[in-house]
Amino acid sequence: MPGITREEVAHLARLARLELTAEELDHFAGQLDDIISAVARVADVATEDVPPTSHPLPLTNVMRPDEVRPGLTAEQALSGAPAQEQRRFKVPQILGEE
Amino acid sequence: MTVTDLVSYEDALASYDPVMGLEVHVELGTKTKMFCGCATTLGAEPNSQTCPTCLGLPGALPVVNATGVESAVRIGLALNCEIAEWCRFARKNYFYPDMPKNFQTSQYDEPIAYNGHLDIQLADGEVFRIDIERAHMEEDTGKSTHIGGATGRIHGASHSLLDYNRAGIPLIEIVTKPITGAGARAPEVARAYVAELRELIRALGVSEARMEMGQMRCDVNLSLRPHGREKFGTRSETKNVNSLRSVERAVRFEVQRHAAVLDDGGVIVQETRHFHEENGTTTSGRVKEEAEDYRYFPEPDLVPVAPEKEWVERLRAGLPELPLTRRNRLREEWGISAHEMQSALNAGAVELVVATVEAGADAASARKWWMGELARRANELGVELSTLPITPSQVARVAALVAEGALNDKLARQAIEGVLAGEGGPDEVVEKRGLRIVSDEGALGQAVDDAIAANAAIADKVRGGKVAAAGALVGAVMKATRGQADAGRARQLILERLGVEG
Amino acid sequence: MDDLIRLTAAELGARVADGSVSAVEVTEAHLARIDAVDEKVHAFLHVDREGALAQARAVDAKRAEGERLSPLAGVPLALKDIFTTEGVPTTAGSRILDGWIPPYDATVTRRLKEAGVVILGKTNMDEFAMGSSTENSAFGHTGNPWDLTRVPGGSGGGSSAALAAFEAPLAIGTDTGGSVRQPASVTGTVGVKPTYGGISRYGMIAFSSSLDQAGPCARNVLDAALLHEVIGGHDPLDSTSIDAPVPPVVEAARNGTAAGLRVGVITDFGGEGFQLGVMRRFEEAVALLGDLGAEVTEVSCPSFEAALAAYYLIAPSECSSNLARFDAMRYGLRIGDDGTRPAEEVTSLTREAGFGAEVKRRIMLGTYALSSGYYDAYYGSAQKARTLVVRDFQRAFDHVDVLVAPTTPTTAFPIGERADDPMAMYRADLCTIPVSLAGNAALSVPCGLAPEDGLPVGLQIIAPAMADERLYRVGAAVEAAFQARWGHSILEEAPAL
Ligand SMILES: [Mg+2]
Ligand SMILES: [Zn+2]
Repeated sequence: MPGITREEVAHLARLARLELTAEELDHFAGQLDDIISAVARVADVATEDVPPTSHPLPLTNVMRPDEVRPGLTAEQALSGAPAQEQRRFKVPQILGEE
Repeated sequence: MTVTDLVSYEDALASYDPVMGLEVHVELGTKTKMFCGCATTLGAEPNSQTCPTCLGLPGALPVVNATGVESAVRIGLALNCEIAEWCRFARKNYFYPDMPKNFQTSQYDEPIAYNGHLDIQLADGEVFRIDIERAHMEEDTGKSTHIGGATGRIHGASHSLLDYNRAGIPLIEIVTKPITGAGARAPEVARAYVAELRELIRALGVSEARMEMGQMRCDVNLSLRPHGREKFGTRSETKNVNSLRSVERAVRFEVQRHAAVLDDGGVIVQETRHFHEENGTTTSGRVKEEAEDYRYFPEPDLVPVAPEKEWVERLRAGLPELPLTRRNRLREEWGISAHEMQSALNAGAVELVVATVEAGADAASARKWWMGELARRANELGVELSTLPITPSQVARVAALVAEGALNDKLARQAIEGVLAGEGGPDEVVEKRGLRIVSDEGALGQAVDDAIAANAAIADKVRGGKVAAAGALVGAVMKATRGQADAGRARQLILERLGVEG
Repeated sequence: MDDLIRLTAAELGARVADGSVSAVEVTEAHLARIDAVDEKVHAFLHVDREGALAQARAVDAKRAEGERLSPLAGVPLALKDIFTTEGVPTTAGSRILDGWIPPYDATVTRRLKEAGVVILGKTNMDEFAMGSSTENSAFGHTGNPWDLTRVPGGSGGGSSAALAAFEAPLAIGTDTGGSVRQPASVTGTVGVKPTYGGISRYGMIAFSSSLDQAGPCARNVLDAALLHEVIGGHDPLDSTSIDAPVPPVVEAARNGTAAGLRVGVITDFGGEGFQLGVMRRFEEAVALLGDLGAEVTEVSCPSFEAALAAYYLIAPSECSSNLARFDAMRYGLRIGDDGTRPAEEVTSLTREAGFGAEVKRRIMLGTYALSSGYYDAYYGSAQKARTLVVRDFQRAFDHVDVLVAPTTPTTAFPIGERADDPMAMYRADLCTIPVSLAGNAALSVPCGLAPEDGLPVGLQIIAPAMADERLYRVGAAVEAAFQARWGHSILEEAPAL
């Protein structure tokens, strides 16, 4: 399966919202290819009969009651905002779905 | 495409069979959000109901709202679903500024409820079964306000402002299996399904499901296939259709649009579309260069949800009578047709009539007032029937006054008008406006004598056997008493005096 | 003043409690030490002088009022910059969070404050805890106090270096694949990765949620136990927090013994890539355990071979999602917002400028491993390999009470040596990763200096989940026996700064 192309790396960068430079694309393509070749071996041990473990804890049903807990004030919420307006987070234009 | 390019609905149905899939998102009415303890009160100051978790601050973690899970299970049970013995949340990864973590905590291949159905009743009384694929738990996004573009549209905006008070409010997404066999009635079926689902959600008490408030939103998937073809056509997904009427119109429009494209030898593109309330059309969403890849994986910050069998059975036993069953029972009790029940449902009058009957009125008069005078008023004002400033017990009191002969219909309408105008309860209005029927026999007798004397010619006709002419004399009595006489009693007295059998 | 910085946390706590020294004096001594040496070591990203002194004054005031103090009240601590601290900058070693001041405290932060522990400041780390050398910090590397040209381990190199340089007697680290244990090993200090779920993750900036675990760092086993008790225990704000009392770690640390204990030596580590001197010190430690009355057997864990690969799929996958929130919209860096660029582009430019190479590499690797069509082969297979590692541990713990292994294959390596060779860097965590995958508890305690370079070597002791006290019982026994043999603590041999 390994053999990751520069185009694939570019696609991943778009999915991950990373504006990589041309040099980075080349560099990462090589390194990711190495790493992926090395980690692909997990498929060898992952036979049908082995169930996956997504979490080390055997816990289930951890829930909280539906009770209001104090949160942040609007000032605190907005305290780290790169820009704000009308007590809201100001963000650049969102590419429309229209 | 303009409306004139569309194929007529009848022509479209002559060639094609519509297949629908409806995805409904319901905002639960829990006190707190799905994964944090922030309040969910509507209308709060922007960003005042937030915390590190629902703002997606670094380091913050989610904890599941127990009532959210309970509501999901109850909805699943009411939809005749199987309830998962073990299921997980998953992360749906995509970037969007209204989503603080840039993933939505949702459920993927392990929904909490699956494989159910909901029976709906069409206007002609026919019951149509909608198969339910799944109902799963997830969270809402924040709210963006787009600045600088035309009419608040995202398109052409210079920037947007974000309020995360809504971010993290629990959502239940209910997805149907493909709905086939509706034929020409597809728009009606879609509307009736969403209406029935709304009734169900309200009956369960898990949400007010007010579509105009965005508490319930519907995505309409539609495709056409030529008659006799097994395989489904390519579908379009019309997003966020937010009223019952719009659901019906969106389906109808898409049927016509698809048919036009297909008739032209064109190909339907699988895309999201937007519905426009103002003209009932849909337009294409942004064309994405690449297919979305949500990279779902089990949410590692949460542990699995494993509803215990006993608990699920307790919830099942505690379900209320389901709306359709209940409406059918009421329909029989009230002695009305399926069509009349449907009208009451569409008008939002069913619960009001029930409450009025519970307050002592008979079903016929309760229905008469709510579906007549009051529905007309609500319509004029463009508001929901339930928001009129009159209570079922006040309507019941009006009905009682009529039943005991204290008011006639005309006076009763005036009494209701007074209540709606804020003049007080029915008794107070009757008192203040002096609406009580003149039942004093002396005063009424005098008015009758006056009327006979003043209309001798008519009185003669009545004496001569033209009983129908007595109406004019009753009219004169009513006029003289400014409508406050009991018209029936007046008629009786007139006929007595004139020596005619009624 | 000089001796205050060389006392143990337990001693300092006792002295503050009995009034023989004030918390302010203790704090000032450590701030002075930071002033003197941190320019060279660069353990701290931010020193919170005012906050620390205020906290110390509060402890002294409490004592003056006759209030009972907790055992660590007035004892200074270096906090890894991955924990949120209300009003104090928190960066996780990343430029993308440069200047961010959190509006809330992590649960660990809150518990430290409640116990009167004096937080001196925030320590350097590999960006978002991704690394094994602290070279991936956006704010410069940290030197190993044993040899400033070498790495102090990572990701929590700032915390381990602060301990080894006597800038603080206590520190907090986080361990996803070894980031507490490996730095402890290469700096001659003690580091513990508790059972997964033993310490709240709330407010700890996530790298890999199913692996991340905070842990105590100290210069001796008892101090680590005292700190463990302060920060451990159930937290309703963390769904993966274990709802049970903290294991009796302090009691265990005070009563160190290995007598009658069944110790399993993991035979799967060694050979290529393992430094000879490291293996020699490890073998000596095993022999010592036998001398102390432990029943030593050999245990093979064949699935550990796949652990590194599984880890380098699971951790990047989870991090690719955890780090998506750094998008320039609500907090942190924003680059390129010139009024014309759409949000999507501003996000991409900001992430490009704000993340370092290793973080980008792992985000891309994780994005790849989770993408449709690859999920089963990579993420799915890694989860299965994880099951096999868990089973190996279960089998082993059927026969032994604890397992031992080297903490890391080599001693501290020179700064720059593995900087752009990810696979070489990843091998530093070879011996620590299996424990992380299984969620077990492990501790690294010094077991001598490697003969070839004179640098510290760590012994890793591993216990089953929820049996953290075993680490402290054995760790304290080993520590006492070695110190008796050497005549002093290993850090006495470190060169003066
Ligand atoms: Mg959804
Ligand atoms: Zn919240």
